[in-house]
Amino acid sequence: MIEIRGLRARAGDAEILRGVELEIRAGEVHAVMGPNGSGKSTLAGVLAGRPAFEVTGGQVLFEGRDLLALAPEERARLGLFLAFQYPVEIPGVANNYFLKAALNAVRTARGEEPLDAMEFLSLLREKAKLVEMPEELMGRSVNEGFSGGEKKRNEVLQMLVLEPRFAVLDETDSGLDIDALRTVAGGVNALRGPARALLVITHYQRLLDYIVPDRVHVLSDGRIVRSGGKELARELEEKGYGWLETQPPAPGAAP
Amino acid sequence: MSELDAARDRFLARAPAPDAGPGGAAWLRALRAEGAAAFADAGIPGTDREEWRYTNAAALARIPFEPAAPGAEVAREAVEEVAVPFFACSAFVFVDGRYAPALGAPPALATGLRVDGLAQRAREGAPRPAALGELADPKQHPFAALQAAYLEDGAVVSVPAGASLAHPIHLVFVTTGAPGAPRASFPRVVVEAGRESRALVVQDHVSLGGGPRFTCAVTEARVGEGASLELVVLQREGAETFHVGNVQARVARDARLASRVLSLGGAFVRNDLGVVLAEPGAECDVDGLFLGAGDGLVDNHTLVDHASPHATSRQLYKGVLGGRSRGVFRGRIVVRPDAQKSDARQASANLVLSDGAEIDTKPQLEIWADDVRCSHGATIGRLDPDALFYLRSRGLAETAARDLLTRGFAAEVLQRIGSEALADAAGEILVAALRAEAAR
Repeated sequence: MIEIRGLRARAGDAEILRGVELEIRAGEVHAVMGPNGSGKSTLAGVLAGRPAFEVTGGQVLFEGRDLLALAPEERARLGLFLAFQYPVEIPGVANNYFLKAALNAVRTARGEEPLDAMEFLSLLREKAKLVEMPEELMGRSVNEGFSGGEKKRNEVLQMLVLEPRFAVLDETDSGLDIDALRTVAGGVNALRGPARALLVITHYQRLLDYIVPDRVHVLSDGRIVRSGGKELARELEEKGYGWLETQPPAPGAAP
Repeated sequence: MSELDAARDRFLARAPAPDAGPGGAAWLRALRAEGAAAFADAGIPGTDREEWRYTNAAALARIPFEPAAPGAEVAREAVEEVAVPFFACSAFVFVDGRYAPALGAPPALATGLRVDGLAQRAREGAPRPAALGELADPKQHPFAALQAAYLEDGAVVSVPAGASLAHPIHLVFVTTGAPGAPRASFPRVVVEAGRESRALVVQDHVSLGGGPRFTCAVTEARVGEGASLELVVLQREGAETFHVGNVQARVARDARLASRVLSLGGAFVRNDLGVVLAEPGAECDVDGLFLGAGDGLVDNHTLVDHASPHATSRQLYKGVLGGRSRGVFRGRIVVRPDAQKSDARQASANLVLSDGAEIDTKPQLEIWADDVRCSHGATIGRLDPDALFYLRSRGLAETAARDLLTRGFAAEVLQRIGSEALADAAGEILVAALRAEAAR
């Protein structure tokens, strides 16, 4: 579904991604772990088209299409979704109004009829239940005055409504207590399916107890330095990221 | 002779004789004569006058506006179309400043509520509406003087004491036009809100037909003891319009005025708003939203006069500037020596959408009392790139995302409007104007 080849990117003068190689097939869930500053959020931002990052090399194919040539909204309409690490507060723009506009933009691009207000409301209610999102938050301004947990739930709620084919979760676990983590993970798992893929970016192994990955990759200094099964996450948790430096690079990892 | 002097003489030469027109009420004649004399004296203000420093009225003086003749043909459907959203509720229609009862939607008025044409009042020999000519001083405001010189018709809204109106009173001022024929109209609005009354009055300025036009409007509102009046001026006459509006209000003991001046389309828009908090416990909520587009100019001058102790004022003006437009906000607050325990707040927030746009914002506080709370603040910013990316990452096109954010910026003002239908309509008008701007 997604192929990342030799991806390099910078923010300002700093080169942050230095040749990322990653391939995720439909139906798979991959996790990218790594210490702070390793480039995890840059990877997420570059995939979604965040203008602050400049791609300096490499290629990303999304179902065979050159993802990096597309505007952020075109990526979203093809079925890419980024759950933000820091969801943005947007005063004056109601959550439900915004989400309906977004869904209808995506549906129109998919050749589907836009939903009317009633249809949208019933869909929203159904999905909000999955992440235990209080309904009164939906009429409020996007993320404004939301707690950290509510913001993360809102990200997952948006994902469930938009039904992307490929979703990137950027530290969706940060700032969540264990109950909220379980709820959010439940929402994410509801989206899993043979036609979809997920990339879960996290610093801690904890989230991966609830969203169990097929593959785990370790990003360090802008490269994937190690890949393995889900047990790699637990190993990292026990031994710390420092442990990696004492290990030889995994076979197939980029130089 | 300068352009300004020539325009002054032209306007004076075309002004009706004091005894001309419908009705010969002495008060109408006297007001006209007073207006003409004051305007002859002041003329069109130049940029040498402090109040007009940022706004050059020469652009207006250069165009040979002719006063619109009575009797322009206007179809009711055409008015209905431009005067959404709640035309059907209680609309009173004025064509080129003159009351056209046949075009309105005859509303079932609450008991005692009266909405009259000013000319009709004069014809019937009725006494001068108490607020008329009492609040907008022609010697202070040159364009109020010009308006008075042309005083002929307008709206008189009298809300009886204790009445609480369920529906807004919608005054629709339609200007007609024809390409290449610059026309001027001079509407006047008088609102008298009786003791303990509650009302929402919308003064809606729209246009039909093309061509340059000049609307010179004066509104006077008296808010009686314990009353609550919301006065919305919605101006959206289009890119060929020169609009100079003056709203003057007096707020009595424990009364409240909510003023919303929404300027959403014009080439040259100047609004003067003056509120006198005349008695203890008076309160005003003074909001504005203005959009600058193309080469347009939108200028808002406010003056909140704390003339009495224990009065409260709150101002929020938001400007959205696109294209090569210019915006001006000058907010003056005066706290008189005996106006102790005054609480005055003012905020000016501005969103600049393009590199060519400009905003001048300036508070001016004159505080003569010592036991007061007074604050002001001004911000100028751009659309938040993170918010823009967030919306786009969900599938919204960049234009849709920008419009949504701009509307979100305006929402703080729009949400305070007492009619949700009107607030929504104003939001739609704002977005439509932004789209038109982008398509230029």
